[in-house]
Amino acid sequence: MSDPNTQTQCPLCAGEFALPQGAEIGELLDCGECGEELEVISVSPPKLKQAPEEEEDWGE
Amino acid sequence: MAKDLGIAVLCSLVRPEEKMIFDAFRARDVDFQRIDDREVILDLHQMSLPYRIVLERCINHSRALHTLKYYNDREVRTINSYDTANICGDKLLTSLALSKAGIPIPRNLVAYTPESALLAIEQLGYPVVLKPAVGSWGRLLAKINDRDAAEAILEHKKTLGSYHHSTYYIQEFIDSGNQDIRAFVVGGELIGAIYRKADHWITNTARGGKASKVELNTDLKNICEAAARAVLGDIVAIDVFETPQGYLVNEVNYTMEFRNSIAVTGVDIPGKIVDYVIECAG
Repeated sequence: MSDPNTQTQCPLCAGEFALPQGAEIGELLDCGECGEELEVISVSPPKLKQAPEEEEDWGE
Repeated sequence: MAKDLGIAVLCSLVRPEEKMIFDAFRARDVDFQRIDDREVILDLHQMSLPYRIVLERCINHSRALHTLKYYNDREVRTINSYDTANICGDKLLTSLALSKAGIPIPRNLVAYTPESALLAIEQLGYPVVLKPAVGSWGRLLAKINDRDAAEAILEHKKTLGSYHHSTYYIQEFIDSGNQDIRAFVVGGELIGAIYRKADHWITNTARGGKASKVELNTDLKNICEAAARAVLGDIVAIDVFETPQGYLVNEVNYTMEFRNSIAVTGVDIPGKIVDYVIECAG
């Protein structure tokens, strides 16, 4: 049975997504089903959104 | 209770590097405040800030640059400083700092018009690499093998490029077998280095370059630590070409990525970073 404290859905493909232990707000994670990059916007309750698009001045 | 040393980490998205840095602070029982640059409002009339030291981990160069200047003007020590971000964020300023310090670099020429750029390219001899002065992750680099390609790319840059593409940074192509060295300097000391080997002349691990360990030696240590000093860097990653004539410093990165280098080097890079920040805060 899924844990509502960690279980959420990918906002893009609606696939089941389990937030890993120790996840941080702002953390980038990949959806295991559709492969999209997601950003954690809430840990409790777990919420995700599509990660921002790469911008021109991103980098090291 | 965790120790409060007045440390903050400036970042936005939490990549593996930021996560490892957070974990390293927690493992040392040291508090840190997280500043999300997407939520920052810089009040230019506020002259006192509640941090003693800020570790900069922004993904956006422009946000890092302006925020670091704001903090430094308010006597907040930042790692790295505004000056380092400014120099390292611009390949031309980096090359100028390195050459002024007498550090070996590839031959570089700079021109401001397509006509003078073409002359400069022919002066260097093909192939050359044309780079935007500001840019990262190997974006918009062009290896130019002949005059036809040079004319086409210069015309495209003039017509399609934004204003910062009108400074033509032209570098001799170093044939290093699609391999270079990425060396990590923390607090003035070379702590580890990797080879980046790719199927392509652009070797960034962000673009698929594969990492393997470099055994450190005195020459590499000396040139990397000198390069860090030349850009006033606290924590920097130095990109180095290994040539028959010796090492050449190609670029210096001020918000270094290291996720692929910890296992390869066996060095706890986030731990070294955090220990250095704590030492500076103490």
